[in-house]
Amino acid sequence: MSTSADSEDVGPALPPYDQLLDERGSVCPMPVIALAKALKVAPEATVLLLADDPAAASDVPAWCGLRSRLLVWSGPAPDGRGQGFIVAPSDPN
Amino acid sequence: MAPENPPPQTGSSLTTPWVPAGYFDAASALPVRPAAREAYLAASEHGFADPSRHYHSARRARQLLDQAREQVANVCGARPDEISFTSSGTQSVQLAIHGLALGRARVGTRLLVSAVEHSCVLHSADAVANARVEELPVDWRGMVLVPSLAEHLATAGASTDGVALVAVQSANHEVGTRQPITAIGELLRPLGIPLVLDAAQSIGRDPIPADWDVLTASAHKWGGPSGVGILAIRSGIRWRSPLPHDPHEGGRVPGFVAIPAIVAAAIALQEAEAERATESDRLRSLTDLLRRELVANIPHSTALGDPADRLPHIVTLSIPYVAGEALLADLDRAGFAVSSGSSCVADSLVPSHVLVAMGALTHGNLRISLPPEVSEADVRRFIDVLPGIVADARDSLGAGDL
Repeated sequence: MSTSADSEDVGPALPPYDQLLDERGSVCPMPVIALAKALKVAPEATVLLLADDPAAASDVPAWCGLRSRLLVWSGPAPDGRGQGFIVAPSDPN
Repeated sequence: MAPENPPPQTGSSLTTPWVPAGYFDAASALPVRPAAREAYLAASEHGFADPSRHYHSARRARQLLDQAREQVANVCGARPDEISFTSSGTQSVQLAIHGLALGRARVGTRLLVSAVEHSCVLHSADAVANARVEELPVDWRGMVLVPSLAEHLATAGASTDGVALVAVQSANHEVGTRQPITAIGELLRPLGIPLVLDAAQSIGRDPIPADWDVLTASAHKWGGPSGVGILAIRSGIRWRSPLPHDPHEGGRVPGFVAIPAIVAAAIALQEAEAERATESDRLRSLTDLLRRELVANIPHSTALGDPADRLPHIVTLSIPYVAGEALLADLDRAGFAVSSGSSCVADSLVPSHVLVAMGALTHGNLRISLPPEVSEADVRRFIDVLPGIVADARDSLGAGDL
């Protein structure tokens, strides 16, 4: 289920995703835990994670490497608050 | 026949270890070795005078200082006149970098430093006026990429601005990986570019590479007293003091020399070197055991750094889904002192620059650094308690079943 409709008027189009996780305001390791939980429930989902913890910029790519997930995109969050990360299963179809 | 209730142990005995049981943060600091404590007291009595004066007690102080300098020089692979004593490893680093940048200002203003240096090296380089600091990247083990250094040096040849210095540690303080100092030295020597070697983690624990031009270290890491640093500068290196003139330590380090502490530091270093031959193999087998057992018993955990080309006494674990600091508190309650490169706390939100440069997880980081003479039973007790502490910490964050 896409929730990307909100972001289209505030920035360039992001790669498609199925699920939004807004972890802004939570500190490490909570953003990565939220990501791992979401992907345990829906292993095939592509997730947009929003986070403003400074550790997320290094921890999300590192976690993707450890768990063989694909970091499709990362950059400033569409509304400018924090960072966004789009994480997909490693074998996108 | 053994009595039913043995009397409580009193005082110190020959078998009393000089490091508390469960103290696994040797890479931060060690207690002062008993032989060094005795040497400190003796030198306080006999080495109090100003060694530059010309009377009996001054000569005695000078003898003690000269002897300590020679002992330290032998371990560093230096000449005694190349050794200066500072007040800390950080002061040594500051003097090394600022003095070389000043001495070689005509050559250039580029300072090449590895991305995983101790923060005092990075801060010292950043504070050199009008300098350009370039960071050398590392691989997943935290090892400097030698081809990247070669590229930086090649652009230096094409530029009018030369390289004043290269700063690379002997081994990394957070993950224990040794740096390829011989290969780096081979690149620098033909160009005449000096290498600043931060040997703080290796000295007394691991062989010191020979390819340095300026070497820094600190006594509190090898069982000497805190407040003593080593600054070794090879003769012929263009180094100029960045500080106002002062005659002490050949004009390199300001202030009256702390002879008792220096004497104690030199005795401790000799003892560390003497036990290294047997201890380093034993410690390496214990850290191998820690790496193997902890990774096997803590789901999703990994051991960071090079599995073989590393210091014998350091193991660093990456444990996802926990805050490193929460583990430290639980381990403290279980009687263990370890450290964490994580910073999942409200007041210091900057993740470890070493872990970031390696592309490793920055949360859930645990560094175990074994002291000399650590007992295997202590290590095995740690292996027994940590997996349960991690499981509890994960449960408390709702991350137990990930």
